[in-house]
Amino acid sequence: MSNFFSQLINGLQLGSIYALVALGYSMVYGIILLLNFAHGDIIMIGAYTSWIVMAKMGLPPVAAIFATVIVCTLLGVFIEKVAYTPLRSAPRISLLITAIGISYFLEYGAQLIWGASAQVIPSYYNVAPISIGGVKISFTAILTIAVSVVSMIALALLVQKTKVGKAMRAVSEDTGAAQLMGINVNATISFTFAIGSALAGIGSVLYCCQYAQATPTMGSMLGLKAFVAAVLGGIGSIPGAMVGGFAIGIAECFVSAIGLSVWKDAVVFAILIVVLLVKPAGLLGRQLQEKV
Amino acid sequence: MKERKTIPMAVRYLMNIVLVAAFLTALNLLVVNKTLSTYNAKVLMLVGVNIILAVSLNVATGYLGQLPLGHAGFMAVGAYASAIFTKNFDGRLPDEVNFVLGLVLAAVLAFGVGVLIGIPALRLQGDYLAILTLGFGEIIRITLNNIDNVLGFKLTYGAAGLKNIPKYTSVLNAFVWVAVCCYVIHTMMKSRHGRAILAIRENEIAADSCGIQTTYYKVLGFAVSAAFAGVAGGLYAGYLGVLNPGNFGFMKSIEILVMVVLGGMGSMLGSVLSATVLTVLPEALRSFSEYRMVVYALALVLMMIFKPSGLLGQYDFSLSRLVEKLINGELFQKKSKTEKEGE
Repeated sequence: MSNFFSQLINGLQLGSIYALVALGYSMVYGIILLLNFAHGDIIMIGAYTSWIVMAKMGLPPVAAIFATVIVCTLLGVFIEKVAYTPLRSAPRISLLITAIGISYFLEYGAQLIWGASAQVIPSYYNVAPISIGGVKISFTAILTIAVSVVSMIALALLVQKTKVGKAMRAVSEDTGAAQLMGINVNATISFTFAIGSALAGIGSVLYCCQYAQATPTMGSMLGLKAFVAAVLGGIGSIPGAMVGGFAIGIAECFVSAIGLSVWKDAVVFAILIVVLLVKPAGLLGRQLQEKV
Repeated sequence: MKERKTIPMAVRYLMNIVLVAAFLTALNLLVVNKTLSTYNAKVLMLVGVNIILAVSLNVATGYLGQLPLGHAGFMAVGAYASAIFTKNFDGRLPDEVNFVLGLVLAAVLAFGVGVLIGIPALRLQGDYLAILTLGFGEIIRITLNNIDNVLGFKLTYGAAGLKNIPKYTSVLNAFVWVAVCCYVIHTMMKSRHGRAILAIRENEIAADSCGIQTTYYKVLGFAVSAAFAGVAGGLYAGYLGVLNPGNFGFMKSIEILVMVVLGGMGSMLGSVLSATVLTVLPEALRSFSEYRMVVYALALVLMMIFKPSGLLGQYDFSLSRLVEKLINGELFQKKSKTEKEGE
């Protein structure tokens, strides 16, 4: 039973990181219908930022956390301005290929600059695990789950209660009509990228708390899983991204726990396929009818 | 208006057959006489494999208008099928028969897997289809990696790699298969089935209301694309002699997609050219290899920003059309508007 709980905690921890990253995918997809393949690589750049600030410059962890989130946010907006804005009216596939190109560029650029081998990130803090009823829970797990829940609540409030959140919802509903109502569409899209990338930055710090390494390709599989989480929950839906993230994290941990860890990626994709076939819009997504 | 001279069908076929035969003979002479080094011959085989991959993906992407991201999965199915077959029948069958049977088996199996995946996947559209095929591709790779542990056979040898596959692939037979693949896909696209597939790309709902069975043709296009990816996989197995599921990951699918997109979606010539360039260029730039992928990525982004339709767009080269233009004396004069509409 205690094993069950510790696996559940592991799953929730992993799932909250997936959920944070999935939110970035989901928001961007909701607003410009783009699968932002470069999103996972923003996390990778975030990890390298932490490494540079702490290991190379010797600054305290707080500085590294702020630097990581800021760098990720700026990078996300920069990518949007340079690569995606010129393609606003282009066919969707061109946008997708551009995203793949950016992803390649970041991965191989990082490999060129920092080398292909892993860089070890110094630990951010040092707190002993807490024991509740015989189950040892690491401080990282508690922190990860708490930070992601707080971020998600903050995001939900931002989207539902503020003016800019209203603008985001309007643009994702109907870009043309939003523009006619006097909403600055470009600024709103940039803001969405900024929020999504900031969440990726937070996710990056949390990920590095657990796996203290930075490698050029660390973002691709993480990004892919997070994207699967977003689709699973219903892309474009914020609660959906959370549900999807937790579902994938927990599934992965339990599959590993029963000794099938080599199959865990296959199980994740199989769940995705089954859900998409039964409910094509995802668990919490809205089914849109195509008008003729 | 004077009658436009045309070439009869039989002559067109003859022209193209002669040209292909001349090309293959020339290629073979270059290899047999050692004008091309062994290394260059190897690069050429890889070019052949990549051309088949790009041309076959072009069926699903360019002609059918879908975006599958699991092409490497079909390649893996074909590669393993033909490798296991040829390895088991090596010495028991004549080499040529063994090789051809292996490739046919690869094509048939990949076609079957294509149908199996296509029926559920093609119910979805756009990005959902992309992510679903990606998922299937990854599942194929993971299965090949771990199936031995589950079944207890010595079949794929998992991550350790399948070794000692008979190396049947040569420059000549690789390019014979390139010709076969291009011919089959070309004739299919010029037929009624091909036009149905193009109609689905242009507007699926309109095609449906014109009485085209959209599901049937979508699955057909998808499975044909998969089948030729299987052939390419078989050739790849016979070229390398060693297979590892890691070779058929998501990145490989993206690499093939990039070839198709750079060449121009819906252009066979575009796929052939960009597959050739993107295979030869990295080999030529060995010393430059650190920057290679960065430049490659930048080129991709710039291409999409400045020429989203790819190098050739949907243009396709036709020898007969060129000859017809020549005999009608139209080659160097601009088409007037009325003539263009009359075509």
